[in-house]
Amino acid sequence: MTVTVHKDAEARRMTITTELDAPAERVWLLWADPRQLERWWGPPTHPATVVEYDLTPGGSVSFFVTGPAGERRSGWWRVVDVDAPHRLEFDLGDPDIPTVRVRVSIDEHDVGGTHMTIETTFPSDEAMDHLLSIGFDEGMSNAVRQLEDAIRADAVP
Amino acid sequence: MVVHAPDERRSVDRVFHALADGTRRDIVMRTLQDEYSVSALARLYPMSFAAVQKHVAVLEDANLVLKRRDGRQQLVSGNVDAVRRASDLLDELEAIWRARIDRFAEILAEDHTEGTAR
Repeated sequence: MTVTVHKDAEARRMTITTELDAPAERVWLLWADPRQLERWWGPPTHPATVVEYDLTPGGSVSFFVTGPAGERRSGWWRVVDVDAPHRLEFDLGDPDIPTVRVRVSIDEHDVGGTHMTIETTFPSDEAMDHLLSIGFDEGMSNAVRQLEDAIRADAVP
Repeated sequence: MVVHAPDERRSVDRVFHALADGTRRDIVMRTLQDEYSVSALARLYPMSFAAVQKHVAVLEDANLVLKRRDGRQQLVSGNVDAVRRASDLLDELEAIWRARIDRFAEILAEDHTEGTAR
């Protein structure tokens, strides 16, 4: 399985693409069937439980993940657009992390196999822009690393 | 990359919260370059000493700055490692989605073994 990731700081977007060995209808069920969604949403240590599931525009999906000590974290989707089995768009909310817009595209190849794209767009907000400029921009990342090196060099007596 | 343990997630959340404020981001950028006393920082912003002290406490809680005592002064310096970790945050979000896609593929592979032969 090939997974490619593209990050665009200006568009505040991270795009992940992958090729899957299954028809589009099958891949769609992994999103559209809450029992199947529970199988992959959370890591094995933090399985997800879907509480509410309404995959229609304006509808909500809510879930929680349970950690090893029984601690729970909740999250939700606000469904923006649905076009089975090819397109799904929703806002993804987590209590402490800014809400992101997720766009899923599922396209079957004529020769078999399915191309899936997951596009995550971060909100336009000052704090997010700041993080993205550091996290997405190689130049900024390098500046932080250089600063770190400079401080280390200074620390040498 | 491994998906986060909950305590790591908590620290990510704290970093997000800490960097969501302009004054706090400014304090981080300044103290990365120089050590400042809390009172010197307080003189830079149009707010009370107590308010600046509170901002510093939030940054300290997120481990973005480190504080030390020097006589009567409290000196604040930026924690470069933590700032770099914050800059790695997006890599972490990427890792979460990559792990999900891995599980996606695993489930699809199970279809083949559970169902009839291909």
